[in-house]
Formats: sequence, structure tokens, C-alpha cells
Amino acid sequence: MAETKPVLMQGNEACAMGAISAGVRFYAGYPITPSTEVAEIMAAKLPEIGGVFIQMEDEIASMAAVIGASIGGMRTLTATSGPGFSLKQENLGYAIMAEIPCVVVNVQRMGPSTGVPTAPAQGDVMQARWGTHGDHPIIVFSPSSVYETYYLTIAAVNLSQKLRQPVIMLLDEVIGHMREKVFIPEAGKLLVEKSSDQIPSDWKPYDEKGLTPLVPFGFGHYYHVTGLFHDQYGFPTGDPPHVERALDRLHAKLEKYRDEIVLTNYIGHKEPRVAIVAYGCTVRSARSVVKKAYWQDRLPVGLLSLQTIWPFPAREIEALAKQADVIIVPEMNMGQLVGEVERYVCGQAKVVPLNRYDGEMITPDQISELIGRWLS
Amino acid sequence: MQLTQDFLRTKKLPHIWCPGCGNGIVTAALVRAIERAGYDQREVVIVSGIGCSSRAAGYLNFNTLHTTHGRALAFATGLKMARPELTLFVIMGDGDCSAIGGNHFIHSARRNIDLNAIVVNNHIYGMTGGQHSPLTPTGMKATTAPGGTLERAFDLLELAKGAGATFGARGNAAQPRQLEQLITRAAKHKGFSVVEALSPCPIAYGRRNKLGGAVEMLKGMKESSVAVERAAEMDEADLEGKTLNGVLFSIDAPEFSSEYHRMIKKDHG
Amino acid sequence: MAKRQEILLTGAGGQGLILASIVLAAAAVNDNKNVVQTQSYGPEARGGASMSGVIIDVDTIEYPKVTRPTVLLCMNQASYNKYLPKVEPGCVIITDSTFVSGPFKEELQIKSLPITRMAKEILKREVVANMLALGVINAATGLVDRNIFRESVYNMAPKGSGELNQEAFDLGYRLYEEGPEQLCRDAAQTSR
Repeated sequence: MAETKPVLMQGNEACAMGAISAGVRFYAGYPITPSTEVAEIMAAKLPEIGGVFIQMEDEIASMAAVIGASIGGMRTLTATSGPGFSLKQENLGYAIMAEIPCVVVNVQRMGPSTGVPTAPAQGDVMQARWGTHGDHPIIVFSPSSVYETYYLTIAAVNLSQKLRQPVIMLLDEVIGHMREKVFIPEAGKLLVEKSSDQIPSDWKPYDEKGLTPLVPFGFGHYYHVTGLFHDQYGFPTGDPPHVERALDRLHAKLEKYRDEIVLTNYIGHKEPRVAIVAYGCTVRSARSVVKKAYWQDRLPVGLLSLQTIWPFPAREIEALAKQADVIIVPEMNMGQLVGEVERYVCGQAKVVPLNRYDGEMITPDQISELIGRWLS
Repeated sequence: MQLTQDFLRTKKLPHIWCPGCGNGIVTAALVRAIERAGYDQREVVIVSGIGCSSRAAGYLNFNTLHTTHGRALAFATGLKMARPELTLFVIMGDGDCSAIGGNHFIHSARRNIDLNAIVVNNHIYGMTGGQHSPLTPTGMKATTAPGGTLERAFDLLELAKGAGATFGARGNAAQPRQLEQLITRAAKHKGFSVVEALSPCPIAYGRRNKLGGAVEMLKGMKESSVAVERAAEMDEADLEGKTLNGVLFSIDAPEFSSEYHRMIKKDHG
Repeated sequence: MAKRQEILLTGAGGQGLILASIVLAAAAVNDNKNVVQTQSYGPEARGGASMSGVIIDVDTIEYPKVTRPTVLLCMNQASYNKYLPKVEPGCVIITDSTFVSGPFKEELQIKSLPITRMAKEILKREVVANMLALGVINAATGLVDRNIFRESVYNMAPKGSGELNQEAFDLGYRLYEEGPEQLCRDAAQTSR
């Protein structure tokens, strides 16, 4: 991949720029710290390229407008933070049910409630999974660097289009606000997947046979879009076998493309005595420890970093549990993803949570001290 | 005039509405208005919220978007901004539009975005069985106001006008031909248009308030309505208890979606 | 330059320290180094305490927060009181004597210079004290190639103020190298 000159870029900026490279041309949002920079960049950039930026009256309306614009055929994104993410949940569920692509960015801050607006946290992990009601599928990416934010946003837009499924970018205040050196590929060099323009004659908006592209409104295909359970043409049905089939189909989409969705990375010893499972900004602290402990001191440690946290990387955790004796899960919350790790480790390794919830990052010292304790 | 079968999803009928409900009359007036205005089927989108009247979207053969409760106008705003060439009719009930959707209603009016809001006002939450809405007149009974509501009602069109809407009209299910004409005029108006369509709900509202059946309710609606033109010549005492009918206001003002798209063309075209 | 440099820029909101940290970080990027910049945000952006950190390294930077500062800039008394106890011997400490009156511990490398006063008296623009401070820091540490830094200062300045900011940066060098008295004498001569 051809790379241009390095630039200094902020995480929120990388999110906005990634979205634009992936073809996002519509943004609706409401100001909230620490995600506001995404809106400000979109407000400056989108009109320059013929796109639409609109500041809505509230968070709920922003989510609704994004879905409306997606139905009109635009690639869309909205960004928010905890309180706003709570407000967006109902319409997020609508987009999942009606299979309307969109990307929702949540730059996590310290909660609950108004919390500490400027302090980082990873407290919305379970909300990202289960925030909207009902048994719904969801895709959640959690980048650990500015560059990861850039390319995961592109992946989010593409996956969202391909699967007709909302994707959540779960940033945290550290990643959203930090600036670092990145190499941004030249425009046009990056692979941006295009959705199919060819509409088969027997096109159905909710084809039971499998993935079907969304044909935007206004092109002569008269279908119905609803948050009710619906048939292949979008018309409401409450027929029990049909309802079950429809819900299975929503989940099967993600199952089928699981390998494209679930992104993880492992560094360190092949058979670690102590392994770390981390995501988001916490990966950075963990990686600095593991690099030193493994590469320098040759200790039997490793790090599995999760770029995708939902669907949960169960297979990767199961594989790790077979190798590691101890799995440390550092999180800037009171213990959220660790429960999921325990579920798939299933007693094969000792799972040790490391939690911090004072609005500060988990430091490398905290992690290395814990590793030291379990190694000795 | 015969209803255009092309614009109805006849296979989806019969509808779910109760006997005596005015939703069918309002929906039929909308279909005739779309036809009268001469729109192409593919350029029309029906957006609706949640509630009895919002189910109309499912029976109309266009691109139809049945959204979440109260949010129809916000969905419609996104769609209109993405595709300004489309003509959008947004069907909402009184609770959907003025309670849970009140914020989107006033802000759509403020922006003066070219959406045609058809607010079917039956003064009650019908689908959930008869709770009072912000358009239930003071003193009227509801399951959540068994002794009559103490709350005051919005004047929806005054609210719309105050918030910046540029077209406001009121019609009723008892005078469907006039309603059709009002919707046609609303559609032709460039900007945020509101048509309040008074509609009987004999089951959840009329029965509890002893207003009689559908026929009596329609009759009452017709008798209490006064055309704006005629009202101008009447004195206050005669207007007591009457409802104004017709186009209450129509104002020329810049429309948001076209202004936005002109701005991006001019600056960056 | 030593391998890993951790720079803390501290002072009051409104002194332009966040912008200074971004300019420093951008200059380091242009000088082909790895950089991470972070800052404390919030309503304190005006008037309250302001702190931003820059880490410059030849290696990849993982943990992004400054833990062991190698350079500390204090632009007001409150930040001096707060951050001085956190530094270890060997850290380069630069204080703005316009606002910081000590106490200065002898065992620490503290350079006290009238940064804001010089900006006000010589350039007639207090607002460029931040770029002047960057000049002082770079003169003291050589974090970034001087010419690359100058160019970055110019490029990142608000429209139309590139030259003024560059002038402030250069003045920072002279303030560090020649001292405030010399600068004042020179200024008096030119104005005569």
C-alpha cells in the first residue's frame, strides 16, 4: 500500500477522515464531549465534497436522520458519547431490525449518567452489546490507536453496507482525543468496497435466501420499511414461526461473515503462562508491558488485543485458554468483558480481572505488577 | 372520483382500524391529493410514526417508512436532506406528533424543511386503548384521566406557526373533499406544511366521552367547524366552541433542504 | 536527543499551551520521530489549569500519558507548585518568571526566564508567549531540528500570523541563549 507523508492526527479526526474515505456523505449529530470534534470536522468537510451535515435537535433525532438518509442511499455516520449513546438506542434497534446500514461512534467517557465528561472509561462495553432492547446482533469495533481508528472506521462503513447492519465504533476519550503520527494512505489507494448497483429483477428488500443490497427509496421499488417483524417485502407480520425465522436470519448474517468481522491480534509467547486480553486504549499499556517482558526479558507472556469486541471473539479466547495458565483482563470499568472471557475460558485457565474506574488509564506498571505476581 | 388502485396495496387490506375510525377517510384523502397533484409514484415517500394512523403507510403503494414512536419527522429530515427531489408525506397521530415527537415537530417547523406533516388528530392515544394526549381538550375523559384531563391542549397550528412552519391548515374527516384540497395545497407549498386532520375515534374517545358513534362524531365535527374565511366575518361570541377550518396560514420563506444544497453547490460546485 | 522524551506543558487555560503541544508534536512528526500528544480537556480550557503532554521517541509509543517528564514547562505558579514535586532530577525545567516566583531548588535544573514579559515587551503580543516558550524549550533540549520546528510553527499558526509566531519562536532561542537583559538592550537600540 502506497503511503504518503506522515501526519499528526487526532483519534476523532481519524474517525471522520476514515468515514469520508469510505464514502460517508451524510452526518447528523448533536454536540457532546468528548466526541464533538467528529461533528466539527464533518461540518467543515462534507459540504466541500457535496455531502450533507446537519446538527439535529437532539441525539434521538440524529440517529433517526442518519437512518433516513441511509434509506435515501447515502453512507452515513453519527458520533456521540455515553449519555447520547443511551438516547440513540431505540433507533439503533430500528436500524438493526430494518437492516439499514449506518455507523454509530461512541467516544466513551466516565459514567454513569453525566459522569466525568472529559475522563476516559470503558464502561459502555455491555451497553454497546445490549443497549437496545430485544435479542439483536451487533458489531462493535474498539480501536487502540489513531491509525486503527482510521482503518476500522473504513471497515465499519464497508461491513455496515455489505451486511446492512449498524456498526458501532467504540472509542474512548484517550483514543478520541490523543494525537499521534499516522501514515494515511493516498486517497483512492485504500480499498473501499462498493455496494452492488445491479438490482436483480426478483429483488426483495428482506430476501430470506440471504444478503441482498438495499435499493434506496425513489428508484421504483415500492417496499415497506418498519421496526415491526416483517416479511420478505417488509410488511408487518406477527406469525410465530416467521418471527423466529426472521430473528435467526438477522443473527445468521453475522455468523456467516464472522471471519471478516472478528479482528484480533496476538503478540508474545506461543504458550504463555500469563496472557492479557485487552481492547481500546488499554491495549497500549498492555502492549508496552508485553513487548518488554517477552521481547526483552523473554518471559512467557502474551497479549491478545481485540479490535472487535462484539460479536465476541469466542474462538480466539477458547484457543488462548488452551495455552495460557492465567488470563488477565484489564478494563477501565468494574469488569464487563471479563465475564465474557470467563464464559469461553470455561475453567481452563485462571481469569484475573484488573479494573480501574477513577477516570484514569490503566498504567503499564499496574499490569506488569500483576503479571509479576502471577509469574512468581 | 375513483381511488387509484396503483397507489394502494390492496393485498394488504382489510386494514386494522376499528369500525367508525376516521383514519381510512384521511388516508383516502391523502391518496386522492397525491393523484390530484400529479406526482409520479416513485418520487413520493410516505413516512409515519407509531400509532393507529401511522399504519396507513403499510397500505399505500409507495416507498413507505414506518418509523419509531414520535420520530417520523426526524427520519424524514434525514431522507429529505439526502434526497431533496423526493416529496415526503409524514403521517402522525396527535400523541406521536405533539407529545413524544414534539421536539422534532417544532424543529422541523423552525428549519422550514419541505415536509408535509399530516397530523391525524383524534384527541386520544387509540392504539394503546385511550390515554389522553396533548391534543385532548381539557375536561375530556381518558383511561389515564378518568375524571377528565386537567391539562390544557396545544393548538397544534398555532404551535407550528410560532415555531416557524410556513403552511398550516385544518380539515376533518367529515369533509373529506376539503381535506383532500388542503393536502394538495400543503404538498404544493415549499416549506414545512402542517395539515391537522380531525378524525373520530368512537371506540377509545367517543364512547368514554359520550360523544355518540362515528356518525354523531362526524356530524359534531362538521357542525363545530367554521371556514376561516367565514370566521373573519363572525364575532367572538359566535365563534365560541367552534374550530377553524381551511388554510390558516401560508407564508413564503426560504426552505431548508434547497437552501442547503444551493449553499454546497455555490461554495463548492 | 535521549531515546524517549516526555514533555509536559503546564500553565493556565488561555495561555495557548494545548496549541503549543500540538505544534511541538507536529514538528516532531515532520522531523520523522514518533509522537503522541495528549491534553487535559474541559471547561478549564479558559482560566483554569491546563496541562498537555507530548511524548517523542524513536520507538513506537504505547502508553500515551506522560509519567516521567524529561522536560517540564510551567507558565504559572499553580502549575509549578503542582508539577514540580512530580519530576525527577535530570528533568529540564523551564519556568516563566513573569508568573512563577519559585522557590527554586538548586539540585534541580531550573531555568527561569521572563517568557510572557518578553513577548509583551519586545513583540508587543502576549498571545505568542506559547511559541516563545517552544523556542526556549528547543534551545534547551534540541528535541526537534530547529529549521523543521520553525517551519512547523509557521505552518500551524493562525492565518496571517505565521511570521509573528516564527519571530516569537526565534526570540525564545535568543532568550535562552543570550538572556533577557541582552534582548532588552537590543530592543531599546532598534527602537532608538
